[in-house]
Amino acid sequence: MIYRESGQYKTSYEADRAVFPLRQDRIGIAVIIAAAYAAGVFGSDFLLQAVLIPFLIFSLAAIGLNILVGYAGLLSLGTGAFMGVGAYACYKLMTAFPEVNVVVWILMSGFFSAAVGVFFGLPSLRIKGFYLAVATLAAQFFLQWSFNRIPWLYNYNISGAIEAPLTTLFGVPITGATATAEARYLVVLTLVIGLTWLASNLVHGRIGRQWMAIRDMDIAAELIGIRPLHAKLMAFACSSYFVGVAGAMMVFLWYGGAEYNVFNIDQSFFILFMIIIGGLGSLIGSFMGAALIFMLPIGLGIVLPAITEPFGITVGAATIEHLRFMIVGALIIFFLIVEPHGLARLWQIGKQKLRVWPFPY
Amino acid sequence: MSLRHLTIAAIAGAIVSTTALVAPASAQTQEGIYVPLLTYRTGAFAGSGIPIADGMHDYLTMLNERDGGIGGVPIVIEECETGYDTKRGVECYESVRAKNPVVVNPYSTGITLQLIPRAAVDRIPVLSMAYGLSASADGETFPWVFNPPVTYWDGASVFVKHIAEREGGFESLAGKTVGLLHLDAPYGREPIPVLEALAEEHGFELKLYPVAAQDMQNQGSVWLNIRRDRPDYIYLQGWGAMNPTAVREAIRTGFPIENMIGVWWAGGDEDARAGGADAAGYKALSFNGAGTDFPFIQDVITHVHDKGLSQFPRERIGDMLYNRGMYNSMLIAEAIRTAQEITGKSVVTGEDVRRGLENLNVTEERLAEMGMTGFAAPLDVTCENHSGNHDVFVAEWDGEKWTVGQDWTEPMTERVRPLILQAAQDYAAANPGWPARTETCDN
Repeated sequence: MIYRESGQYKTSYEADRAVFPLRQDRIGIAVIIAAAYAAGVFGSDFLLQAVLIPFLIFSLAAIGLNILVGYAGLLSLGTGAFMGVGAYACYKLMTAFPEVNVVVWILMSGFFSAAVGVFFGLPSLRIKGFYLAVATLAAQFFLQWSFNRIPWLYNYNISGAIEAPLTTLFGVPITGATATAEARYLVVLTLVIGLTWLASNLVHGRIGRQWMAIRDMDIAAELIGIRPLHAKLMAFACSSYFVGVAGAMMVFLWYGGAEYNVFNIDQSFFILFMIIIGGLGSLIGSFMGAALIFMLPIGLGIVLPAITEPFGITVGAATIEHLRFMIVGALIIFFLIVEPHGLARLWQIGKQKLRVWPFPY
Repeated sequence: MSLRHLTIAAIAGAIVSTTALVAPASAQTQEGIYVPLLTYRTGAFAGSGIPIADGMHDYLTMLNERDGGIGGVPIVIEECETGYDTKRGVECYESVRAKNPVVVNPYSTGITLQLIPRAAVDRIPVLSMAYGLSASADGETFPWVFNPPVTYWDGASVFVKHIAEREGGFESLAGKTVGLLHLDAPYGREPIPVLEALAEEHGFELKLYPVAAQDMQNQGSVWLNIRRDRPDYIYLQGWGAMNPTAVREAIRTGFPIENMIGVWWAGGDEDARAGGADAAGYKALSFNGAGTDFPFIQDVITHVHDKGLSQFPRERIGDMLYNRGMYNSMLIAEAIRTAQEITGKSVVTGEDVRRGLENLNVTEERLAEMGMTGFAAPLDVTCENHSGNHDVFVAEWDGEKWTVGQDWTEPMTERVRPLILQAAQDYAAANPGWPARTETCDN
């Protein structure tokens, strides 16, 4: 009733090809962005630091991986390591050229992980599917080993960790210990919105269509004139760029410092789960998957004790942890059975139903 | 239309209940001194984490039950599960920070490294008891971070002293081979600079045997190298599942187990028990006694275990790591007590407890008062030295339990201290804008 397209006429090709053809969608996006910025001003430190900042960063990493797995159909298990490349590149750049603004370096660091991604993406021209996943696993282990074993990467720090020095943007500290959660959140939000817009343009344009053609049938794609070398390596480069920027943001705008084992295989799986749950080949699915996988355990950690306490049952921190594992695991299986195409597909079905509601026929 | 009303009602209900649930959870403040414990009872390191978590928890509970808290103010204890994961640890820190904790115990070197820069900004002291960043023992650079009673570097120096004693003096060390079997992580690599310096000075050869975190339980290839190199002694700097595996492998490959000496975190009961009867003779450094032969442990049994307030199995009371958890809580409690004495307030804040930690002086008389004679060595923290380079002893596994230490050994402070000061300077230099100490010193 509220959500329908009657009366909205598309009078040009541009209007017909728009990402958000419905006025309601455009209003909705504007409201969400406004609410997200408002959260930066009114949200509590816990909400910003422990919930929203990591959610946005994981969403960006999921978008990066979704480009590779969801759009180009190339399975990768090296996400954690590519995030690490971004983080270590940003650290080296920041400490070598401290006079350049950190936001520039965060965006630049993605190019380093893109280069590494292209290198490890070369085998994708010959091997596919699970075999490619194993090849990217090599990237994961090799890069993680490098972060640990090459002291130059962490400036010979005796503790082997990289730490965010104090830097400012417009005079406000955004990295380092004195940076407030608000300042960091606003930077993360702006970067994620900008990069999501970029990703949206990529996947809706010529390059994105090449990826999808390769994904759906690479021989047919080759016959219609798409060069697999270019398309596949482009997918690796773009994917690794987003993932690398997410890694740099994770260390400098969220953790404030990191050790090599932050970028381990668990991190890769974590983000792979996000896109599988959220929906392969969908940008909004990346956000939904990140929300479900990352925020649900935090929500359960708050809600579970609140539910049991009125009944006089106090559950220990470890019990909650076990329950979290069980509930999240069960939910993942539930979603995979009920909707194997992910939350994005559910969202699409919901919108379709809403369009014709209350007269479904 | 009824469906629409139902939907709206459901959404409104969900929003209201979520706010109602979230609000009390985030604004929960009880009367008392709030001490959050970052613990891990799940994950790959739970084997070491559970006794420590229970030890910390039970000692503070005992104080609440027996004395009504510290200085008449109850301690509000809250555990937050980190799973030994840095990400979860930071999330825990954020969730407890709003409730004005007086001190934070990260219980992981990774989490400690994240919290070190935050401590001064949030004005919450970090107590990393004998773990974390060795350089943070320099109180001038790190006024908010404390790592008593010893650093890893002190531990490594005691190890070298111990083997020198067994060989009949430092001059007999020349030509010997010493292996460092360590977790390939910042924690495991900590003792390398000290061991390298001592190897050069005394003419023994140092061989490194790193074990990657994913290979903790698969040390076969490392032990092949050890068998080839035949080191005279092995210093084990491992954690979690790595330690019992190392003990088992040493026995299987026929390495003389009495020549393997673990750091204090490799000295858990479960670590040694994995080797069975053959593990008798395995040694580990320690700064706290094992067993139940101390009056305060009897208090813990009476006031905590008898009342069913502990999750720890009764028969394991007196485990090395359980006792170490209690030692950690003793430091927290004494710091709060000292802070109360200095400020004259009964409900203290994080800033007061920082002063309390800096003036911490646990004398032999105070230990006797607490029923801890022989359990721990006297401890003195100063503004300059936040660790204190205190005495440790070499505990020995007799096949059943750890022997309570008799001969406490002093670390080579004169060798370790310059390294700490240098490392602290390097840390501050690597972090431009590192704040200079503004806190005044009480002692």
